[in-house]
Amino acid sequence: MNATQPITAADGTPLKKKLAQAMFRSKLRAAGLVAPLLAFVLASFIFPIFALMWQGVHNNTFERLMPNLTEELRVWDGLSEPTEEMYTLLVADLRQNRADKTIGRVASRVNQELAGTRSLFTSTARKAAKLEPPYRDALIKTKKKWGEIKVWQAMKLTNQSLTPGFYATSLDAVYTVDQGFIMKEEKRQIYTKLFIRTLMISGSVMLLCLLLGYPVAYLLATLPLKYSNLLMIMVLLPFWTSLLVRTTAWIAILQSQGVVNDILVWVGIAADDSRFSLIYNMTGTIIAMTHILLPFMILPLYSVMKTIPPSYMRAARSLGATPTRAFIKVYVPQTIPGMGAGGLLVFILAIGYYITPALVGGQDGQLISNMIAYHMQKSLNWSLAAALGGILLGGVLILYWAYDRIIGIDNMKLG
Amino acid sequence: MLDGSDPFVCFRNVQKSYDGETLVVKNLNLEIESGEFVTMLGPSGSGKTTCLMMLAGFETATHGEIELGGKPINNIPPHKRGIGMVFQNYALFPHMTVAENLTFPLKVRGMSSGEIDEKVGRALDMVQMRFFADRKPAQLSGGQQQRIALARALVFEPELVLMDEPLGALDKQLREHMQYEIKHIHENLGVTVVYVTHDQSEALTMSNRIAVFDDGVIQQLADPVTLYEKPENAFVAQFIGENNTLAGTVTSLSGGVASVTLDSGDAVKALAINTDGKGSATQLSVRPERCVVTPKKKAGLSSLKGRIEELIYLGDHIRCRMTVAGNDEFIVKVPNTADQLGLQIGAEPYVGWQTDDCRALDVKDA
Ligand SMILES: Nc1ncnc2c1ncn2[C@@H]1O[C@H](COP(=O)(O)OP(=O)(O)OP(=O)(O)O)[C@@H](O)[C@H]1O
Ligand SMILES: [Mg+2]
Repeated sequence: MNATQPITAADGTPLKKKLAQAMFRSKLRAAGLVAPLLAFVLASFIFPIFALMWQGVHNNTFERLMPNLTEELRVWDGLSEPTEEMYTLLVADLRQNRADKTIGRVASRVNQELAGTRSLFTSTARKAAKLEPPYRDALIKTKKKWGEIKVWQAMKLTNQSLTPGFYATSLDAVYTVDQGFIMKEEKRQIYTKLFIRTLMISGSVMLLCLLLGYPVAYLLATLPLKYSNLLMIMVLLPFWTSLLVRTTAWIAILQSQGVVNDILVWVGIAADDSRFSLIYNMTGTIIAMTHILLPFMILPLYSVMKTIPPSYMRAARSLGATPTRAFIKVYVPQTIPGMGAGGLLVFILAIGYYITPALVGGQDGQLISNMIAYHMQKSLNWSLAAALGGILLGGVLILYWAYDRIIGIDNMKLG
Repeated sequence: MLDGSDPFVCFRNVQKSYDGETLVVKNLNLEIESGEFVTMLGPSGSGKTTCLMMLAGFETATHGEIELGGKPINNIPPHKRGIGMVFQNYALFPHMTVAENLTFPLKVRGMSSGEIDEKVGRALDMVQMRFFADRKPAQLSGGQQQRIALARALVFEPELVLMDEPLGALDKQLREHMQYEIKHIHENLGVTVVYVTHDQSEALTMSNRIAVFDDGVIQQLADPVTLYEKPENAFVAQFIGENNTLAGTVTSLSGGVASVTLDSGDAVKALAINTDGKGSATQLSVRPERCVVTPKKKAGLSSLKGRIEELIYLGDHIRCRMTVAGNDEFIVKVPNTADQLGLQIGAEPYVGWQTDDCRALDVKDA
């Protein structure tokens, strides 16, 4: 037989083509079955994520609402004195925005670049109709700030729709016209500190979950069925209770007049006037989150431990290892896939946790997600929220990548 | 060490119950000499693994004493017993390489790395697996894993090695090959081996002595020849090799020979091995290869008329299924010789055997 000749089916068509024809119908059906879900995921997840990520680097509010000035700002070098021409166009745009009632949006956008400029825009816009040329002098007369170059630089930056500014802010830097990125001074850094705190709290929660969950998973996997079923129900019970109910239960338990403190006072560990503050701080966040995320550690661990036959431990002991040594050298290494899966799951869930820290976190128990929520709901700086979220997403992806390098994703067992 | 008279391993009146209701092992007495290869053979659920686990220390005896080297070991934990063990699924540690698996028992014993290397090398050579030292168990075939498990159980030079159906997962050819390897290793090292299997040919090939288990009781403990030639009860006769049974009643006993009237009415003689005396029901056992088919009654043989139901040509012999005294599963192996009579389905020749080859045993309730 000729090796280079493609193999053909009985009717002479190449076998590959024949196979593709035969597979086509079943492929079509498979595609039909997944299509609704795919459409749903695309519409409700993939598309919003990309839209949000886009917002993190793109904000055209200024460019859109200040059409006259925009061209002039773009060619301006950002250092020389603004020309009369630029002032004239500014007044025209302010009048238009005043009429369209959109001046608030412009003001907020510039205010994001340079704090304290909101009222400059709104109040000037109110008076814009009455201004007479030459506009430069007229504007500076109404508000002295119009003569300052940094206001114009801020406008030049906001005029740039595609901007790294929000990411810079997310990392406690400022993006300037002339000097590029500059780190903020130490005491004005908030986001990097918050990111580090988020990582530390998530790490602590993960370690606590591992420490508390490992023995439970071990019992689940080794106890006789009738006991392990009961234990499993107890592990799953929290899943059947509302997250809010569980979190508020922690408030009842941990607050300074709560159960734990009452007992501590009663036993004499704490004095009545110096009760421990266990909630509305980082401690509260860690305790409540550990409790809520514990099942996500236990279940992957359990599913791995379940598959480890008892003969390994027996073999180790018959070879002369003490029970402890057999456990550490033979049992624990085999549970690494479970620890990895549980750890990664808990860590990733913890990094993005929102409700619990919001309720029991107080000041120093807030996570980055609470800040994202703040910018989404209160300050309405969606672009900054998107940038913060983007950094979070990037961090998770890097973690995932590192995990894959160190332990291997296919080594992960979730169930 | 031991002096010659003391058994190396000794079960004394051992009983075991898991649930407090049924005895899985009933009054086990077993003595094993140093260097012996003893096999526990029996059907599934007869308590073989349980006995092995009690010896290894993973199960505690509910009653009775187990001694090792003259010392009771009931209260010694498994890791201090120094017993090598090969598990049915090999139980090679999946996260360690072959070499690390073998190193494990030596490291636990705190040996120097030079000593460890030498012993591991020697153990790997013994099973011809030196080349595979750096592989993970998952990268080995079943037979190779089996060898490593064997090497690991032997590397720390235990005096006693337990094997629980170590060849159960291998295909027939490999299993037979490994049987010889294990036998040779046993002969070369002189270790004592307690081996569990439910494959009778495996037991017959390898063992010095075989303990036939059924229902938590040792039915017979003997060397392979005795076990095959002189089964002491109907269970052993049935379980080991092929066997023809004929039910009847003892009519008289004299000098170890019983006269038995079969249920079909024929009278025959048999060795009285395990009967309850005159008038009791009995089951006669005759091996197929000890029967001859003759056209006429032959002097000196117990002969019964039979009818040929089926003939299977097997080359060296012809397997002949007959109805004899109401038993239509009566098998005779007729040697393939030149003078073989024209066997024919439906023919009615006589089947005969010597009294010495026919054993009157207890009635095994089915
Ligand atoms: N851990 C246990 N708990 C309760 N009963 C058990 C346990 N282990 C074994 N048994 C019971 O004890 C009896 C003997 O079991 P054992 O494992 O010793 O049989 P075996 O002879 O090794 O059988 P096999 O050839 O199938 O391996 C069985 O009826 C089994 O159900
Ligand atoms: Mg068994």
